[in-house]
Amino acid sequence: MFGVVTNVFKYAFLQRAFLAGVFISICVALLGVNLVFKRCAMIGDGLSHIGFSTFAVSSALNWAPFLLSIPVVVGFAILLLMLNENSRVKSDSAIAILSNSSLSIGILVVSITTGMNVDVLNYMFGSILTLNNVDLLFSVVFSVIVIFMFIFLHNKIFAITFDEDFAVATGIKVRLYNVCVAVLTAVVVVVGIKMVGSLLISSLIIFPVLSASRLFRKYKTVVIFSALNSVFCFVVGFFCSLVYSIPTGATVVILNLTIFLIYSLVARLKNISYSGS
Amino acid sequence: MELISCENLVVKYGEKVAVDGVSFKIYPKDYIVILGENGSGKSTLLRGMLGLKRPASGGVIFNFKRNEVGYMPQKTALKKGFPASVQEVVLSGFVNGMGFSPFFRPWHFNRLQEVLKLLKIENLKTMYFKNLSKGQQQKVFLARAIIAAKRVLFLDEPCAGVDPMFAEHFYVVMKMLNEKQNIAIVMVSHDIKSAIFCAKKILHINKKLLFFGEVAAYLKSNVSKAFLKEK
Repeated sequence: MFGVVTNVFKYAFLQRAFLAGVFISICVALLGVNLVFKRCAMIGDGLSHIGFSTFAVSSALNWAPFLLSIPVVVGFAILLLMLNENSRVKSDSAIAILSNSSLSIGILVVSITTGMNVDVLNYMFGSILTLNNVDLLFSVVFSVIVIFMFIFLHNKIFAITFDEDFAVATGIKVRLYNVCVAVLTAVVVVVGIKMVGSLLISSLIIFPVLSASRLFRKYKTVVIFSALNSVFCFVVGFFCSLVYSIPTGATVVILNLTIFLIYSLVARLKNISYSGS
Repeated sequence: MELISCENLVVKYGEKVAVDGVSFKIYPKDYIVILGENGSGKSTLLRGMLGLKRPASGGVIFNFKRNEVGYMPQKTALKKGFPASVQEVVLSGFVNGMGFSPFFRPWHFNRLQEVLKLLKIENLKTMYFKNLSKGQQQKVFLARAIIAAKRVLFLDEPCAGVDPMFAEHFYVVMKMLNEKQNIAIVMVSHDIKSAIFCAKKILHINKKLLFFGEVAAYLKSNVSKAFLKEK
C-alpha cells in the first residue's frame, strides 16, 4: 500500500487524478446538502443523464467535452428549477421526462456516429485516471469557485433551504440564490461525470449528506462532515482501486455506502443508549 | 405616508376565491389584528401580501425596502430530518438584512442573545430544532421573525400551541415592539379577547373585507356583534 502511495506522487496522471478527485469530492458533498434537504436529490440524477448525452454529442462532434456540456446542463438546471417552482407540474415526472429523453438522444447519437467506444464508456463510469491537464485545470478552477460560493452563500442557502416561505416573505432574493445554486449544481455534476461517470454521480451527491445527517443535528456540522466523508471516501477509494485494480468510481461509491451503514449503526446505538438512560 | 398599501387584492386557489378584493393600508405604528372565521382567508391574505401566493388580481405596494419585513408562519412544513440548531434558525432572521455580506458579525450574536432573552428561550439556544416541542418551535419562529422585522412584523396565529403564560408575555413583547421600536404589527389571530385588548385596529374578513378600522369602532359595528355572539 505504501508503495502505491509513493507511486501516486511519482506519476503525473495519478497526481492529476488525486487532486481533481479531492476537489470534486468536496464540491459534490456541499451541493448534496442543499439538494437532499430541498427534496430534490433527483435533480442531480436528471442532470447527470443530460450531462452524459452532451458529453456523447461533443465526443461525436469532436469538441472539447466541457465546452458544450456546461452551458447545456446549466440551462437544464435552471429549467428544472423553474419546473420545481411551478406547482402545476409534477417536478419529479418532469425530471424523468427530460433526463430520459436526453439520455436516449445521447445513446442514439453515439450509436449512429462513433459506436460504444472508450469515450462513451468513460462518460458512463468515469475516467479519473485519464484526465489531462486541461481537465484538471477545469476541475480545480470550477471546484474552487464552487467552494467559495458555498462559503459566501452559506447563510443564505441555509435560510432558503430551511424555510423558503420565510425567505420569500422577508424579502431575501430567493430566486437569485436558487439560480446560483442551480448553476453550481450543473457545473459540479458535469465536472463530476469525468470522475465517477454519469451513473454514479448522483450517489456521490446523496450519500455523504445522508451519512452525516444520521449522526449530526446541526446544519453547519452536517455540511462539514459531508465534505469530510466525501473526501475520505475518495482518498481511500482511490488508493484501493489502484492496489486492487478495480474501477475508482464504483469503489468510492461502495465506500460511501459503507460509511453510511456505519453512521446509521452508530446513530442507532446512540439512540438506544439515550432511551436507556 | 402609508407603509404598505394593499389594493383590491384577489387570491384564488384554483377556481376557489379565498380573498376577494381586499383593500387597506398599513401605517407606521399600526397594530392590526386580522379576525375571521376558519377558512375566511386570513392566512391567505397574509400570504398574498407577502408574495407567497400569487394574487389573481390587484396588488400590494411596499413603500419601503422589501427586506425590512418579518414573518412568522402558521406552521412550516418542516422537512423531515433537516439538521438545524435553534441558534442557526434564529440567526437566519438576519439574512434578509445582510445583502451580499456573507458572514454574521458579533453584533448579530449580541442581538440574537437579546431576542432570546426577551422571549425567555435562552435555554433553547444550543438545542436542535427538531427535538423541540411544537410550542417551543413556535417561540423560535417568533424570535426569527422579530429579528427579521425592521418596520413591519407579520404573524400568523402566533399563539397557537404555546402555553397561556407565554401568550400573556407575548402580548407584552408585541406592545413593546410596537411602541418602543416603532414596528407595525399585523397579526392573524383566533384569540379575540386579547386581540381586542391589545390591537389598535381590527381587520375582519370573510373572503371580502367586512370591517377595517379602530377597535372602538369595531366593537360598535354589526360585524363584531354577530361575530362575538358566536364565540
